[in-house]
Amino acid sequence: MTALLAVEHLVKTFGAGEAETRVLRGLSLQMETGELAALLGPSGSGKSTLLTILGTLMQPTSGSHTMLGVDLTQANDRALTEFRNLHIGFVFQFHNLLPDFTALENVIFPTAVREGRETAAARARGRDLLGRMGLADRVDFPSTNLSGGQKQRVAVARALMNSPELVLADEPTGNLDRASATQVMELIGQINRDEGTTFLISTHDEKIAATCRRQIVVGDGLVTG
Amino acid sequence: MLYAIKIALRYLLSSKAQSALLIVGVALGVFIFIFMSALIGGLANYILRTIAGDLSHVTITAEVADPELLIAPGAGFILLAQEKYSLRQATLNDTATFVPMIAALPGVVAVSPQINGSGFMTRGGQVAQVAVTGVEPGLEAAVIRLDTYLIAGTTRLGTGLVMIGKTLAEDLDLSVGETIRLDSARGINAVLTVSGIYELGQGGIDSASAYVSLNTARTLFAMPQGVTRIEIKLADLMTADVTAARITTITGMAAESWTTPGAEVLSALKAQNQTGILLKTFAMVSIVIGIASSLLLSTYRRRPEIGIMRAMGASRRFVVFVFVSQGALVGILGGLSGAGLGYLVLSAFPPRDSAHPSVMPIDITEGAFGLAILLTIAIATLAAILPARSAARVDPVTAIGQ
Repeated sequence: MTALLAVEHLVKTFGAGEAETRVLRGLSLQMETGELAALLGPSGSGKSTLLTILGTLMQPTSGSHTMLGVDLTQANDRALTEFRNLHIGFVFQFHNLLPDFTALENVIFPTAVREGRETAAARARGRDLLGRMGLADRVDFPSTNLSGGQKQRVAVARALMNSPELVLADEPTGNLDRASATQVMELIGQINRDEGTTFLISTHDEKIAATCRRQIVVGDGLVTG
Repeated sequence: MLYAIKIALRYLLSSKAQSALLIVGVALGVFIFIFMSALIGGLANYILRTIAGDLSHVTITAEVADPELLIAPGAGFILLAQEKYSLRQATLNDTATFVPMIAALPGVVAVSPQINGSGFMTRGGQVAQVAVTGVEPGLEAAVIRLDTYLIAGTTRLGTGLVMIGKTLAEDLDLSVGETIRLDSARGINAVLTVSGIYELGQGGIDSASAYVSLNTARTLFAMPQGVTRIEIKLADLMTADVTAARITTITGMAAESWTTPGAEVLSALKAQNQTGILLKTFAMVSIVIGIASSLLLSTYRRRPEIGIMRAMGASRRFVVFVFVSQGALVGILGGLSGAGLGYLVLSAFPPRDSAHPSVMPIDITEGAFGLAILLTIAIATLAAILPARSAARVDPVTAIGQ
């Protein structure tokens, strides 16, 4: 395995003066390619903030953040957007699909937005991914007509569309029933094994965390275990 | 950026009722713009055609020159007393030389040398004072389009023929083919046959004017040579000032543009045009406000989606392009619909040349359809920039959490 990302002495504060809240207090973390890791910790421990920074959606107040050898704390918005599109996938708790799009259109969005159009190759990969998620018969369904579990599987397919090195999942099963949650986690495990994609999954669920090979515990803005 | 346009179109189609209302609003604005253009332009053309269309666009009038002193000025004073003499007649000579030069100038449609004077028409016990105009045969309709106003007979003016207005014909109980005696102010009379009766709708010309041939006028006013006035018709009456100046330069004679006596008409037309511009501006401003407010609302409603797009790697520029495209699409659809509606409505009005005074003088060719469509697309696109920039500034973390 090779080093994928590293954050050192990460600090993130919100607000200013008396209202200042320090969410991350010098957190350091390294991840390697191909890891399947669970991010555990109580509410307010800084899990979501850490995921947001790792996903380049937010810059830390201080500390370093490198991924694939790129210093992301020095990058501008344009460079971060491009980096995010190519190397990072997201799965959110509430799937966050685009409501006016079909399942396939949602999946191929990250490629289409980069290439400026929906290519045949992108559509083929999108269909393939949806097939692997067990949604071959839902390709052209409007995303609003899918069940919760189906939506989350579409979201996983979308996160994998550009073959990113890292997929960040924030409570991906938090809004699903047990059967759907298990199905989603099995898919994640399979992709991790087959394609070597690194997953960092934030969860409160001990059973979900147990399916991951590494557990990272965050408490009070620091990695505690 | 085809993909951004596809998303913009999808957004428009996803809220069909809202989009339709927005497009209808824009179309109405465009329709008002086109209708106002056609109305103001048509009205201006109508006024110009009615008031200035039957006028001489450039006129050269002979000026009465003071008599020259026959005694050479020496020592002492010379008292010159000039008796007022209303019947003195000024003459333009050498017309044969400069009429072809004027006719060759660009934009000159017709040059009509004339002899003007006054006289009395007598029939039985009835007498009417008339202004007599002698014109060359073939140029009867060169300045005033008498042919279009003719209600009886012909406009042909040969020796011994006269053309009169409808009111005068009624006053003297005359019809085509009947004879009338005309006494000129020079005391020369002639018996003329009525060849045509016209109706311009203008009191003076219909009730107190008579047209005869130039030869008849020469006899009546004892002018074996020269003319009293030259009337010039132009293809574009708005070039009259320039042409008048050019004629003065070439011939050395004072040529007067119709705009000098018609300054008030021009001023009224300018005021009317400015009113039209103001109304059209209001129509365009309403389009801007409609599109900007609708898109601002749309971007606010779609904040979570914008956040997702940004998280998936959509650049701020891409987001701007999506919403600007949405504005442009509304502009294109609204512009075309409004222009189509305008064309349908304006087509129902009679064509420009057949417009009757009782009908609104709307001219479809003045509708500025192309300008209205282009302007609408441009301002719709510009109106979308503010909401689009607002959308691009959406913080994905906050938006996704909504």
